[in-house]
Amino acid sequence: MIKLLMGNEAIALGAINAGVHVVSGYPGTPSTEILETVAKYNDGSIYVEWSVNEKTAMEIAAGAAYSGARAMVTMKQVGLNVASDPLMSLSYIGVKGGMVIVVADDPGPISSQTEQDTRHFAKFANLPVLDPSTPEEAYEMVQYAFDLSEQAGLPVILRPSTRICHACSSIDVSGDRKRLAPSGFEKDPRWVIFPQLSYRRHIEIEKLQASLSRTFSKSGFNSVSGEGKLGIAASGIAWAYACDVIRDLGINVRTFKVGTPYPFPEELAESFLEGLDSVLVLEELDSVVEEALIAIAGTHGLKVRILGKKSGNTPCAGEFSYEIVHRAISDFAGLSHDEKPYPYMSRLPSRPPVLCAGCPHRASFYAVKKAMRGQKAVFTGDIGCYTLGNAKPLNMVDTCLCMGASIGVAQGIKRVEPETKLFAFIGDSTFFHTGIPGVVNAVYNQTDITVVVLDNRTTAMTGHQPHPGTGKTMMGNESEKVDIEAVLKAIGVKWVRKINPFDHENAVAAVREAAGIKGVSAIIFEAPCIALFRKPEALTVDADKCRACGLCVREIGCPAMALDESGKVGIEPSTCYACGLCSSICPFGAIGGNAS
Amino acid sequence: MKTDILIAGVGGQGQILASRLIATAAIIEGCHVRTGETIGMSQRGGSVVSHVRIGGESMAATVPFGKADLIIGFELCETVRNIKRLSENGRLIVNTQIINPVTVSLGIEKYDAAAMRDALKKATDSIIMLDAYSVAGQAGSVKAANVVLIGAAAGSGYLPLSRDSLVEAIRRVIPQRFHEINCKAFESGYRLAGYIKC
Repeated sequence: MIKLLMGNEAIALGAINAGVHVVSGYPGTPSTEILETVAKYNDGSIYVEWSVNEKTAMEIAAGAAYSGARAMVTMKQVGLNVASDPLMSLSYIGVKGGMVIVVADDPGPISSQTEQDTRHFAKFANLPVLDPSTPEEAYEMVQYAFDLSEQAGLPVILRPSTRICHACSSIDVSGDRKRLAPSGFEKDPRWVIFPQLSYRRHIEIEKLQASLSRTFSKSGFNSVSGEGKLGIAASGIAWAYACDVIRDLGINVRTFKVGTPYPFPEELAESFLEGLDSVLVLEELDSVVEEALIAIAGTHGLKVRILGKKSGNTPCAGEFSYEIVHRAISDFAGLSHDEKPYPYMSRLPSRPPVLCAGCPHRASFYAVKKAMRGQKAVFTGDIGCYTLGNAKPLNMVDTCLCMGASIGVAQGIKRVEPETKLFAFIGDSTFFHTGIPGVVNAVYNQTDITVVVLDNRTTAMTGHQPHPGTGKTMMGNESEKVDIEAVLKAIGVKWVRKINPFDHENAVAAVREAAGIKGVSAIIFEAPCIALFRKPEALTVDADKCRACGLCVREIGCPAMALDESGKVGIEPSTCYACGLCSSICPFGAIGGNAS
Repeated sequence: MKTDILIAGVGGQGQILASRLIATAAIIEGCHVRTGETIGMSQRGGSVVSHVRIGGESMAATVPFGKADLIIGFELCETVRNIKRLSENGRLIVNTQIINPVTVSLGIEKYDAAAMRDALKKATDSIIMLDAYSVAGQAGSVKAANVVLIGAAAGSGYLPLSRDSLVEAIRRVIPQRFHEINCKAFESGYRLAGYIKC
């Protein structure tokens, strides 16, 4: 049956077909829809969970694979940093049931902090990695990955990038689903990592790399074709662009598609390099394939020039495109390429993403901003929709580093600037992910900071996934809601206030009080994300009362508000959520209607 | 038949649904299709594009510069921002709706709508401009402006997919309780485009 599937959906359906038994993960663009799709098509025979963070998710998949089940764990590239501790040891311990680690890379980056390349992580951890070029290949690869994992006794990494994860393709998904019964956990010293075991396993793993390289030289995911003195090697989405460009230019070159960047298919690479004068390597992020080819050419004394990122033939940062690959191949093949100028407008207003109209984070940021006006304060931020609070006119995110870092960074700044007020903003899901140890640290070390938990009852940025505070699971069960206030109090935070950020005056008063507390104080701003409820009737502006002062627009920057030619404010009814923040700051009482 | 389509707009306007509808209709007609979307941070009111490539010739989902046979612009400025992807004989369906970026509301940047309309008219003679927001409002919900625009693309003949396939796609992709509104929105766009073109 032909279905239109997003790359992430294809990976999920491939895993279901392969008989996956346990799936865990933590949401992160561009990986999120994989686990959601497994849950959507789950007939009840697969255990699916959003874990509290990637480290825990990795350990859950590992435990399941120790027990002979096929397991999959999903995350984005920076999530693998969090999960790297279990990952590195896991390659020594190995698995019994097939374990696939899906790590989505984000060249650009489009929705990430870094442009790190998971293929390096695979090499670092001595784990095989598969790099799909299309959604349909991702569908095939994930199924193969389970088989390979069981054959090698190692977890296998599948590394799709954004343009694979979020591209759709018509894919034939017919094929039987494997039904596998896990053998269960068998007690054995092999599951306990000790230095002696690690040493022995290290020798075996190194041998295994060589045999996996030979296996990959025969794999259908790698191929050499075409003739000529010029060669083009490519991996991931760059291979797709390369195929399209080579077709459009009508040139004859020898091509090398690399679907398994590590262990590198050396024998096949040698046959590709044989007799070539020069090679252009096309790959996003880092020069993994390029370096592997340079090493092979060096080892075998081949006189072939290898061009790519190191030679400056392709960009060292950012995502590739048809145009970038077209330019690189044209230059390489000695073809002229005239780029047509576009005689249209070049200056257009920019349109960065913004907090939605009605977003409770806007009210929370605004309350803190107002309360701290005139005082020296630093606002450390974290990862989530609320990172957008850095934009004008709020300007309320002074730092953003990684998941959970708001709380640690605030403590470091406070130690250097004892007179400055420090506010650490963190979302509910991020608080559970890696925020809690930072609060424990602040209490233990008696650091005066205010932790501001922005509790919108969901993991909003990645598309509204449940988390431990929501009491909902991916198996459709109701569970104990982990209470953020109770957690903070149990840790030893003596001053904790829960407040609705739209209760503007009280919110401002609470912030002022918190800032004066010795030790750690915490405010939990509670109000649901607008995606969680039906849109109420929009607010309206009384044009007679509006004095065109523009204060509302200048202060809060709500995307549902705009000033007309006379300077009076107008509200777009299809996007206004009637949060009431604008009406609570309007000095003339001009904004009203159905205020919540 | 190879057709490369670009949908350009502002996050929240329903571009992803629009690309799903077109892709589903293409599959109904037996064509291979690829789509590429912007999902994630930029969805929050930022500039977004969806690519739909019908015909299966290309491996990559992104429509290159100068290759789009059709651009469906959901918002004026976002259409201009992506005009470089339009092919020499490419066609345009444009929603004349203006959504001011916050940078414009704050007075940091200017939104020159007249210059934008001129830029589009210079790009191609095959252009249909309509106020899909109002048309959708009359059909029952301004949220259905995306479907009005698909209707206009089909009704003008710029989108080489049949009316029946697109209506069937609406039935397959959109929840049943919204069928009536969306079918009405589709028909309004379809008829209006035919009328404008004459």
